[in-house]
Amino acid sequence: MKKSSTSVQELPGAAVRRPTPPPAWQPRTDPAPLLPDPEPFRVLGTPAAAGADPALLLRLYTELVRGRRYNTQATALTKQGRLAVYPSSTGQEACEVAAALVLEDRDWLFPSYRDTLAAVARGLDPVQALTLLRGDWHTGYDPHEHRVAPLSTPLATQLPHAVGLAHAARLKGDDVVALALVGDGGTSEGDFHEALNFAAVWRAPVVFLVQNNGFAISVPLAKQSAAPSLAHKAVGYGMPGRLVDGNDAIAVHTVLAEAVDRARRGEGPTLVEAVTYRMDAHTNADDATRYREDAEVQAWRAHDPVKLMERELLERGVLDEDGVRKAAEGAEAMAARLRERMNADPELDPMDLFTHVYAEQTTQLAEQAALLRAELEASADPASGDAGSTGGEAAGERR
Amino acid sequence: MTTTAVKPATMASALQRALRDAMAEDPTVHVLGEDVGTLGGVFRITDGLAAEFGDERCTDTPLAEAGILGTAVGMAMYGLRPVVEMQFDAFAYPSFEQLISHVAKMRNRTRGAMPLPITVRVPYGGGIGGVEHHSDSSEAYYMATAGLHVVTPATVDDAYGMLRAAIASDDPVVFLEPKRLYWSKAQWSPDEPAAVEPIGRAVVRRRGTSATLITYGPSVPVCLEAAEAARAEGWDLEVVDLRSLVPFDDETVAASVRRTGRAVVVHESTGFGGPGGEIAARVTERCFHHLEAPVLRVAGFDIPYPPPMLEKHHLPGVDRVLDAVARLQWETES
Repeated sequence: MKKSSTSVQELPGAAVRRPTPPPAWQPRTDPAPLLPDPEPFRVLGTPAAAGADPALLLRLYTELVRGRRYNTQATALTKQGRLAVYPSSTGQEACEVAAALVLEDRDWLFPSYRDTLAAVARGLDPVQALTLLRGDWHTGYDPHEHRVAPLSTPLATQLPHAVGLAHAARLKGDDVVALALVGDGGTSEGDFHEALNFAAVWRAPVVFLVQNNGFAISVPLAKQSAAPSLAHKAVGYGMPGRLVDGNDAIAVHTVLAEAVDRARRGEGPTLVEAVTYRMDAHTNADDATRYREDAEVQAWRAHDPVKLMERELLERGVLDEDGVRKAAEGAEAMAARLRERMNADPELDPMDLFTHVYAEQTTQLAEQAALLRAELEASADPASGDAGSTGGEAAGERR
Repeated sequence: MTTTAVKPATMASALQRALRDAMAEDPTVHVLGEDVGTLGGVFRITDGLAAEFGDERCTDTPLAEAGILGTAVGMAMYGLRPVVEMQFDAFAYPSFEQLISHVAKMRNRTRGAMPLPITVRVPYGGGIGGVEHHSDSSEAYYMATAGLHVVTPATVDDAYGMLRAAIASDDPVVFLEPKRLYWSKAQWSPDEPAAVEPIGRAVVRRRGTSATLITYGPSVPVCLEAAEAARAEGWDLEVVDLRSLVPFDDETVAASVRRTGRAVVVHESTGFGGPGGEIAARVTERCFHHLEAPVLRVAGFDIPYPPPMLEKHHLPGVDRVLDAVARLQWETES
């Protein structure tokens, strides 16, 4: 320090000047209230759980049990070839369920590809919620009906949509909140940063929930981010960051409810990091044993979100063995219906390929539609081709 | 309404008027982008809009193109009609994932339940002495993406009429503004703007009999000038202004080439993998038996856009168009 100032003095012609601060600089906001607590917020297993609303606890529990069963059923459907792929949220059900239940009907949910469960817990038809993963259409539902945006496969690109929608709603005078879901890997994407920045500058009524499940496919968080926590990222944008135990459904619900209320009051966005763990592989196509130790998985198994909630409710007498059985039976019935419906082949109209590209079909697409229609008619007409081989070979019947 | 006398107006002022009229007529039209508010845009196309409609209707955003377009998607989801300004052609590239993965596909992904009426205004092309990243012709990227309309005006009338149509469209429109024509003038009345052909239709700007110049945007005036110059050589050239690259007006183009029997496609963007290849193929498929010569292309060189002191060598000018026209005398080359 001293040496360098001496060397400046020694420069020929250099005047000794005390540096003055830039005239306009001052801290824009006090960072202290924005900082997340050092430990993830927890409720289950603490005295605070006694204050929780038993009705909400039971509702969360029922949805957790259904959600777990939904995950195992959907995974089984991939093994039967009924789903092209399923990114399981087993282990993360508390986040999914709390995200769905914290919202009012008029609010919007912006899920990523792993968040089918949140969409279903919000009321979507389970089969419609799975069409993306079955492969019969990209989005099987009308997003306006339940105010659930299409499941987004590109990472973090749905976050600016949530900001824009929330901003537009506020401009129209509607007290609508948007809740956007993203994973730990998604926080590295540019759209994550742009969305948080826009949300904070516009004070948009948005809540960002990062489900930090430890891995982006195979890449662990340590190779993903050097931040103290993902919740700390909020501070740089000027919004509060909150850290929560993502396997504690009531804690996630509590933190999200506060953030949603804050957004609805016009106080701006919040970034919530839920620390959780993906018990299954990234998808059924992934081999998780290549990148993580079984001991780690077992340690998280002891912190299972469904078991945590069940134990709490049994201990508090909010639930008894009969209630546990009824919840399991309800989930089993849901799974049976899902299985039955998913075992029927969807009826596809190949002409749908051209129906929803533009509001009005272009000449070019009309010509291509005519070509496909002619191919379909030719394959349907046994006189027009080799009757023995029309079935599997015919255009439009390829799967 | 009092009638303003028809007097010279620039393309820039016509675009500005189109935005103003659209915002006045439809409260769901919102303008957003970097510098569009207080400054009025670096080309002043949005000048006065924030003052007239407030900064919630004409919004200066943070400097983030993906964020600008991504938030516009959410706004459109909630029933607004966002008009987004990308400051310069090459500055739009960070927004491509939003454009391609969401803007172009949302109607399709949701089986029509969630159309996105977004207009993306992109000042494009060279000829203004801009430095690197300020002169790209990026239309081929947009053309290659199903679900987008891609249009570009070349006249003051079209600048107004086509921008109004783009904003009114229920589909996303990439509205390419030939920035070197911003200051081109024409007789124009803002209160009684001329009706123009709808988006999707090409227009014959000059009738001719001996060959067709197929062009759009900044190359339209070049081709009209070339057509005048070619008269001295005995060529009577027809000039077709495409106006819309997607959808493409095969009918008008093919009808012209069938009349003239010869065609040259002229544009600024690179030739290899550029729009001219697609256009030449379409013309050949439809007019093969009418053609007296191969469809030729006059395009920018296949190089990154050059520094401003060299751009005059890169941009297709009148002489290069006339050289191509001369090469249409195919029978002399056998």
